[in-house]
Amino acid sequence: MSTPYAKLPAWADYGLIPLINLSVAFIVAGFVVLLVGENPFRAAVILVEGAFGKGTGIAFTLFYATTFIFTGLSVAVAAHCGLFNIGTEGQAYIAGLGIAIVCLSFDSVLPWWLTFPMAIVASAAVGALWALIPAYLQAKRGSHIVITTIMFNFIAASVMVYLLVGPLKPAGSQAPQTRNFLAGAELPKLNWIIELFGAKIRSAPLNICFLLALVMAFVVWLLIWRTKLGYEMRTYGHSPKAARYAGISETRIIITAMMISGALAGMMALNPVMGDQHNVAIDFVSGAGFVGIAVALMGRLHPIGIVLAAILFGMLYQGGAELSFEMPAITRDMIVIIQGLVILFAGALEHMFRPYIQALFASFSPRSVGMEAVKGKGA
Amino acid sequence: MAQAAIELIGINKSFGAVRANRDINLEIARGTIHGIVGENGAGKSTLMSILYGFYQADSGEIRVGGKPASIKTPNDAIALGIGMVHQHFMLVDNFSVLENIILGAETDALLKSSIAKARSELDRLEREYGLEVDPDAIIEELPVGLQQRVEILKALYRGAEILILDEPTGVLTPAEADHLFRILRQLKEQGKTVVLITHKLREIMAITDTVSVMRQGTMVATRETKKTTVEELAELMVGRRVLLRVEKGEAEAGGVKLAVKNLTVKDSRGVTMVDDISFDIRAGEIVGIAGVAGNGQSELLEAISGIRRAVSGSVMLDGKPIDLTGAADPGELRDRGLAHVPEDRHHVGLVLAFEENENSILGYHDDPRYLKGPFLDIDAITADARDKIEKYDIRPANPHLKTANFSGGNQQKIVLAREIEQDPGVLIVGQPTRGVDVGAIEFIHKRLIAMRDQGKAVLVVSVELDEIRSLSDRILVMFAGRIVGERGPDASEGELGLLMAGVEQEAAA
Repeated sequence: MSTPYAKLPAWADYGLIPLINLSVAFIVAGFVVLLVGENPFRAAVILVEGAFGKGTGIAFTLFYATTFIFTGLSVAVAAHCGLFNIGTEGQAYIAGLGIAIVCLSFDSVLPWWLTFPMAIVASAAVGALWALIPAYLQAKRGSHIVITTIMFNFIAASVMVYLLVGPLKPAGSQAPQTRNFLAGAELPKLNWIIELFGAKIRSAPLNICFLLALVMAFVVWLLIWRTKLGYEMRTYGHSPKAARYAGISETRIIITAMMISGALAGMMALNPVMGDQHNVAIDFVSGAGFVGIAVALMGRLHPIGIVLAAILFGMLYQGGAELSFEMPAITRDMIVIIQGLVILFAGALEHMFRPYIQALFASFSPRSVGMEAVKGKGA
Repeated sequence: MAQAAIELIGINKSFGAVRANRDINLEIARGTIHGIVGENGAGKSTLMSILYGFYQADSGEIRVGGKPASIKTPNDAIALGIGMVHQHFMLVDNFSVLENIILGAETDALLKSSIAKARSELDRLEREYGLEVDPDAIIEELPVGLQQRVEILKALYRGAEILILDEPTGVLTPAEADHLFRILRQLKEQGKTVVLITHKLREIMAITDTVSVMRQGTMVATRETKKTTVEELAELMVGRRVLLRVEKGEAEAGGVKLAVKNLTVKDSRGVTMVDDISFDIRAGEIVGIAGVAGNGQSELLEAISGIRRAVSGSVMLDGKPIDLTGAADPGELRDRGLAHVPEDRHHVGLVLAFEENENSILGYHDDPRYLKGPFLDIDAITADARDKIEKYDIRPANPHLKTANFSGGNQQKIVLAREIEQDPGVLIVGQPTRGVDVGAIEFIHKRLIAMRDQGKAVLVVSVELDEIRSLSDRILVMFAGRIVGERGPDASEGELGLLMAGVEQEAAA
């Protein structure tokens, strides 16, 4: 008995299904809003307007999206190799240390366009090294990567707290953070791009890291689908036995994939640190690593999907902030609930509606689901 | 004509747009053994699943004992006296025979009364049908032949009048299969109806009264077994004439290509699976390894191909040793001319989620032909894949189709094309035609013989005795990790069967 294998056309797979999942998430979220006594339709309008209505809103949305693109790509690269890197949070956090060292050393002597490349390298290197240890333990000792990367999040947090209340804190300061960077470590804003379209921007943190994130999305696409290394990673990700058969070293591929994943996670730190706050402060990652998991899942592990999903989550962050400001009954926690619902329906329950949609497609037009191809004649 | 036990009238079933069953009409007479044959994907299992309540037919009618029946779940089927023995047993390994038999048919919240009742009932069934099994034995300690008997008892205990067996002999030795057939005949004599699904035509001829042939979802013919031949059935299954036994000339064996000496291999639990094995394979010959599945053949293949670590012994490829420490790089062995078609194409030989062209370079992805620096040369890979698709008649001829969407036979051709086209000196093949349809079997066998005729050394491991006998120039029989005998290709099936079952033979070959 051959299992019928129904395939949806790409637009339905990547467009329709996420849209349905998202709609359901928002409908359920609407009921939650109703429950606290607010009007869900007005809430939706405020959310969307807050995120996309004004130039400043758009800039903030894209600023958040930048962060999520990096963490989403990080999770996706590991996932293509069959590894669940749950340590993006810690890898990004500790990468702040690399950035701090570069920026604090050179911000008074070099212009930003020299500091920035060095900081990119430093953040990627520190993130990669932080991922190396769990990767090595997985490859050589079989310690489960999910467990070790979670542990390393805690270790990273503790190390950073120690450094930020001690060695990295300027003498006499009360705040657990480094001194503010000078102009040589401040990244240029990109707000002028949005202003080109006629929108007005007060002050928003959207910066050149957004472009870096888009470049990295393209690089990840190249890596996964166009290089030998990506081929080996995907082979291992789908079937470790097939990888062994094909002569792909398990140790090498696990370590390489995790280090690339860690490097991407580390680069996330550039966006808030050099682009916005101009210092390294306690808890500057604030959960973006975990959002990256949802972004990667929702984006179906594909860079284009990840960019779109990251913008969606950027919208939820920015629009959510506006919403809790406009509707006091909807607190920050409520926004987290809405985000959770999106993650639930778009990530965890991704396949809930798929069978129905497949059946629907099959009954409309068999050819669209590639059925004829499956039943090739003869052997 | 006896009264019909089951009538299927106009059964249709589609999965999406795949019409797995179209307008099936079938009448199975009471008290007979009825065979259903067909290639993989012909719709046999779907039809039986409809009968057993796993699926619902889209249209059509089922009549059991002349009355229209609505079978929505397996429980409905059981209530109507239909029992099923699955290809993969549905037994709880660490339960006793008795516990497995009452599972799901307990009469009380407490087990005591159910067990007592089952014990006496089982006693009766065992006597009636000659199905001896120790009711207190633990399932995992029983050989597969006995486990299957438990499955049959399970169905009978639930009052089955009609017994469906799905590929029952796949895991059995020839002797165990013979025993099963004796049991089935006894069931028939007691008035039970047996439906036997298989792709082994020889079994059909040996045991059935009537045989129905399915092809591409339709029932193409029903014949009285006495009045048909294996050739006719094969032709009906495939829709064209097939050669069941490939013609081949005498082997012209040359020098030793692969020499295995005192090889010992353990599995992951530390159990010795290959026990001090030695043999040679020469250029220009096919050596077949026969044996019931699980007697160390898989581990032997994995050790030779560098996937599994060996405990001791040596393997020489063209006179130079292969690293058996587990550090061996299968890629390096490929460079040295050792190609491997693994037993498990779904998880080892192929990545089913990949496009066809991506699989056509698996293991050879280091080859500069397929690369431009660190990048894959997609154009070259696709052109190469198209080339192989044409040469091996892989269908559908689309190198960008997901591999999971190819049929079993075509998937196997993808692996074979990849390995053979690298022009290796030694080819080792595990289960060359498992789950492959009859038409493709012929093609694959011809390819392997062509390899031999080009002076390559070929090692074939298969649990299909027919295949081993038809391909091999020399047959080695493995039992419990050892080679228990070597025979020529003309060895009789009975002789090989005894060796496979581990029966010591005094009579020299």
